[in-house]
Amino acid sequence: MIKVRDMCLWYGSSQALHHINMEIPDKAITALIGPSGCGKSTFLKSLNRMNDLIPGVKITGEILYNDTDIFSSAIDVNNLRKEIGMVFQKPNPFPMSIYDNIAYGPRTHGIKSRAKLDDIVERSLRGAAIWDEVRDRLKKNALGLSGGQQQRLCIARALAVEPDVLLMDEPTSALDPISTSKIEELAISLKEKYTIIIVTHNMQQAVRISDKTAFFLMGEMIEFGDTEKIFSMPEDKRTEDYITGRFG
Amino acid sequence: MRSKFDEQLASLHKELITMGALCENTIAMSAKALVEGDMKLAGEVSDYAIRIDRKEREIEAMCMRLLLQQQPVARDLRTISSALKMVTDMERIGNNSWDIAEIVTMGHITPSHDKLDIQEMAVAVIRMVTDSIDAFVKNDKELARSVIKYDDVVDAHFDRIKGLLISQLSSLQSDKGTETATNGEFILDLLMTAKYFERIGDHASNIAEWVLFSILGRHESKNSAD
Repeated sequence: MIKVRDMCLWYGSSQALHHINMEIPDKAITALIGPSGCGKSTFLKSLNRMNDLIPGVKITGEILYNDTDIFSSAIDVNNLRKEIGMVFQKPNPFPMSIYDNIAYGPRTHGIKSRAKLDDIVERSLRGAAIWDEVRDRLKKNALGLSGGQQQRLCIARALAVEPDVLLMDEPTSALDPISTSKIEELAISLKEKYTIIIVTHNMQQAVRISDKTAFFLMGEMIEFGDTEKIFSMPEDKRTEDYITGRFG
Repeated sequence: MRSKFDEQLASLHKELITMGALCENTIAMSAKALVEGDMKLAGEVSDYAIRIDRKEREIEAMCMRLLLQQQPVARDLRTISSALKMVTDMERIGNNSWDIAEIVTMGHITPSHDKLDIQEMAVAVIRMVTDSIDAFVKNDKELARSVIKYDDVVDAHFDRIKGLLISQLSSLQSDKGTETATNGEFILDLLMTAKYFERIGDHASNIAEWVLFSILGRHESKNSAD
């Protein structure tokens, strides 16, 4: 479980997150929703310290992953990002073969055996529900795939290093409805093995696939609870106004 | 923001008020036909019941369109799903009123018969229907609760009518006069009309329960409303 305790984040002098507290359950899908600029993507990126790369970022509070604060000096950031993988809004395959895209991560973690890599590539592509579509063209450039296939390839690439957690930042916003359905079904099947946290602007997507939903507004987490409860009987008027489209 | 959706919700409310008014009129017509033995008026009730059926279909279609186009959540979802359930009870109210009118057209209940509490019972039932729709439109949970509670008044009327009719039935058995068969039919028919009024009260109570659901997001049992 990921436990977030009183976390605040600043970009220089501007505070982007205010005292976030939440416990993200294992083997479930948690959706982060809220209007643009509310801090949900900033929060998502904090979970595997992607924000470290931005100059001037200051973070207080704790994010406990397996009971260790991810900001403590004991944490190896590369290892953390192996455990907590990320899938971005725009599919971003490397300009290399499908096979090499998947093998890239395991290779950087020292796996050299061809048989082992073959196994990882097949397992990852199967896990991302794209194996049947690409098994005959593993040596072809990944950029030749459709947008939806590229996104599933990116999910396969994240799975290749055997993470525990998958962070997804609007993973279907650039995809057509059929590709979107495939990613959604994939996310639902992946939660048996992985903890998934997804940022989405698509409210119906949050309803369809997530178990928990957190609503962010102006850097605050306003409400966090069971998705069904949030979308049928939210506690906070601001949540109600946002999800019913009355503001935001 | 979402002004089109808000307009559609407002017209859903308007349609429900129209359907509610049709129900009130239909009950009032049946009651008047019954109390005054007005066969002609009783014959006109069927037209109203058919209009209520048609309105039910229109409101259902409206709700389905809203679900499809607007993909409502939270309060909007509760409002639309409650409306879908409420129109079923309103349609039953129309049918029950028609049932009463049909009994009147059989002619066993004549203007000279004592109709006992029927007039008061009809007034109480119409009040329940009016208030239940009002509660929906005004989002008034206290009014909805009062409708559910008021069902006890309607039930009490039914029990009293039933008791009085049982007494009339007993005296009928000891009386071997020629009017026995006619009076027997009157007693049974009046009991059935009372039962239909009582059922209308139950449907109004159901409507009020859906109003509470749309406001609270959960069902409130009759006991907890007491």
